[in-house]
Amino acid sequence: MKTLRQFLDNNKPKFEKGGKYEKFKSTFDAFETFLFVPDKVTFKGSHIRDVIDMKRTMSVVIIALVPALLFGMWNVGYQYHLSTGEQATFFGNFWFGFIKVLPIIIVSYVSGLAVEFIFAQYRGHEVNEGFLVSGILIPMIVPVTTPLWMVAVATIFAVVIGKEAFGGTGMNIFNPALLTRAFLFFAYPAQMSGDKVWVYGLDSGAKTVDGFSGATPLGNAGLELFDKIPPMMDMFIGTIPGSVGETSKIAILIGAAILLITGIGSWRIMLSTILGAVGITLLFNVVAANRYMEIDPLTHLMMGGFLFGAVFMATDPVTAAQTNRGKWIYGILIGVMAILIRVLNPAYPEGMMLAILLMNTFAPLIDHYVIQANIAKRLKRSKLIVNN
Amino acid sequence: MSKTITIKKGLNINLVGEAAKTITVVEAEMFAIKPSDFHGVFPKILVNEGDTVKVGTQLFFDKYRENIKFTSPVSGKITELRRGAKRVLLEIKIQSDSTNDFVDFGKSDPNNLNREQIVERLLESGVWPMIRQRPYNVIANPDHNPKSIFISGFDSAPLAPDYNLIVEGQNAAFQTGIDALKKLTDGKIHLNLQQGVSSSTVFTHCKNVEINYFNGLHPAGNVGVQINKLSPINKGDIIWHVRPSEVLTIGKLFLEGRFNAERIIALTGSEVIKPHYVKTKIGAMARNLTQNNVASGKLRYISGNPLSGIKIDREGYLGYYDSQMTILPEGDYSEFFGWALPGFGKYSFSRTFLSWLGSGKKKYRLDTNIHGGHRAFVITGQYEKVFPFDIYPMQLLKAIMAKNIDQMENLGIYEVVEEDFALCEFIDTSKTEMQAIVREGLDFLRKEMN
Repeated sequence: MKTLRQFLDNNKPKFEKGGKYEKFKSTFDAFETFLFVPDKVTFKGSHIRDVIDMKRTMSVVIIALVPALLFGMWNVGYQYHLSTGEQATFFGNFWFGFIKVLPIIIVSYVSGLAVEFIFAQYRGHEVNEGFLVSGILIPMIVPVTTPLWMVAVATIFAVVIGKEAFGGTGMNIFNPALLTRAFLFFAYPAQMSGDKVWVYGLDSGAKTVDGFSGATPLGNAGLELFDKIPPMMDMFIGTIPGSVGETSKIAILIGAAILLITGIGSWRIMLSTILGAVGITLLFNVVAANRYMEIDPLTHLMMGGFLFGAVFMATDPVTAAQTNRGKWIYGILIGVMAILIRVLNPAYPEGMMLAILLMNTFAPLIDHYVIQANIAKRLKRSKLIVNN
Repeated sequence: MSKTITIKKGLNINLVGEAAKTITVVEAEMFAIKPSDFHGVFPKILVNEGDTVKVGTQLFFDKYRENIKFTSPVSGKITELRRGAKRVLLEIKIQSDSTNDFVDFGKSDPNNLNREQIVERLLESGVWPMIRQRPYNVIANPDHNPKSIFISGFDSAPLAPDYNLIVEGQNAAFQTGIDALKKLTDGKIHLNLQQGVSSSTVFTHCKNVEINYFNGLHPAGNVGVQINKLSPINKGDIIWHVRPSEVLTIGKLFLEGRFNAERIIALTGSEVIKPHYVKTKIGAMARNLTQNNVASGKLRYISGNPLSGIKIDREGYLGYYDSQMTILPEGDYSEFFGWALPGFGKYSFSRTFLSWLGSGKKKYRLDTNIHGGHRAFVITGQYEKVFPFDIYPMQLLKAIMAKNIDQMENLGIYEVVEEDFALCEFIDTSKTEMQAIVREGLDFLRKEMN
């Protein structure tokens, strides 16, 4: 550890202005601060500071994602072996999935971080930790069969156009991971939807056992095959086809608990998103114009990426509403929109992605009105006094 | 009818090094007045190096408001006019001769004087700068008639001095000070005390004031919070505020006829060997106050509390308005994977470090490490948890950074000063220098408005 510190100190001057490698200053800083919390002290303002920083915050989110990711890896193997009818051990399933998912993680991180490092250097900033979360979210919300080059193209698009063009982490309007998925969804629909993409091997036309379709619960619901929706327990545990990280509700709830206990994830957004979805579903249940409308709220929460989106995507602090009151409105509208799209627009089986991106667009407007109310209250107070 | 107001949004940071309730008298040798303690004052100096001064001799006045004068807290010799970059006057250093020769301003009863006479006496003696105004947190303008005058009877900051101890036994001086202040406003004088502790009779038996009670978390003791809860500032409102020790100085000006700059200072912080109170005068030198009473190692000397105090060094001087000096360890070390470790024993308002599993009563020895790099605003909703105003803190900060005057006014900048953002700055994940931003915003606005 001491030798490492010494090595860094010895090489630091080379990366300072005028040094041999000054073009890589941000990169050097990023690795140095990754290894060591810097020795910088306060010089103005509060002399003491909380130990929390962006790295800590982001690593808590990553820890919260780990249960869903590990389960997702296992499920990739499980679904594959289910489709081929082969027997596999628990570890065999996991290893199979690990080998399939790891390349997506690597491609997502490498392409996204490369963009981040270049922009940080160009702007003279430190490298922001925001992409550490986006980079792991991306593999979790795409089908395991997504070609790696597509992941790379979509990630670079999302980071450059969705984030850096607005000024980097903290300034972006859209959630970068969701933008990646939206890009894939609209640019390469064949690889992103249908029955064949969710289970490894199906897309290449491999032989499957009879009766194995590979369709997701939402896919079945969209085709009005309501009796093919798997049992509630399967959807809760996650032994169903779907994007890598979205299938296990229990793993997502563990992640939600981590985010809520640490206070990193907004309970207001999680709760209001679920309330919005439950509310609109109950309304549909009353109307019950077709069989999709009759699906009960719990099934809706268990299907597709709703819960994953509510816990990990809608709560992104940068792209969500930023005021506490705004967060309630934002969450409720996401829940309502997601179910509306599912039930009323059969062209898009899953509405969560579009619902969150749509509300990302409206979040600044929601905040604007919440803040205007605060301003109006202040103005009213001063007018009252003038009149007296 | 006195009210009780509870502040729920806030944070009490338990630190090691609270001052024991004993007072020792320290005859400090060196003193200094620092013009930087007075926001917006441009000093025109009246003395030279080598001059002899008495207690109450004028040292300088404000170029923009010539009737605001600043006088010497001790008698002795001017040893140095220390200047910094661009010849800005930093310190007027005075070596005390311990005789306490003073300029006699004449004893009198403020109840028998009119407003003009009281103002005149406060200005001449250099006591006036102790009266400050909101908005902007600058020295009050004698021509204004403030809506009310606020006195916070307690300090809730970490390791803060106990004002009850500071005023103990000085009923007459405090009441005289209040009587003088009463002549300066047509409004009320608010004296705000802490609920649930037995306040000194100096406070509770005081007349001519309206007493209200506050309880709950820091910043309940910040006068800005108290103003916000009792009589919020609107655009155009002027409210004055004075600290209890300054009320004593005002009272003694009339009782004793002189500028009595005595202060009881809490010496606090984990690096003070025996934290306790010392009796000295305004502007005493840190080294004189802490002799043989500090731990070894690299230390941060702070005039004031750890959240909003001013950085000085061992050869530095106590600030004009401060009743506390804090000494903490410097944090200039790098920590291997510090952000990734479980973090037992580390202090965080969030629950991202496992220390929250421990007892809430633990006292911490915090250093001055920033614990991370500066980032853009990313996390939302965290500041609101420690910010008891009906104001959106992040949005206000952004308006200040954008120098958008309309938006700053709309979002309530007149109701806050830099110390109100100290807790937000402390817990901030993005490590934004909020107090500096707020101060810049207030200075900018004041310049634009005048």
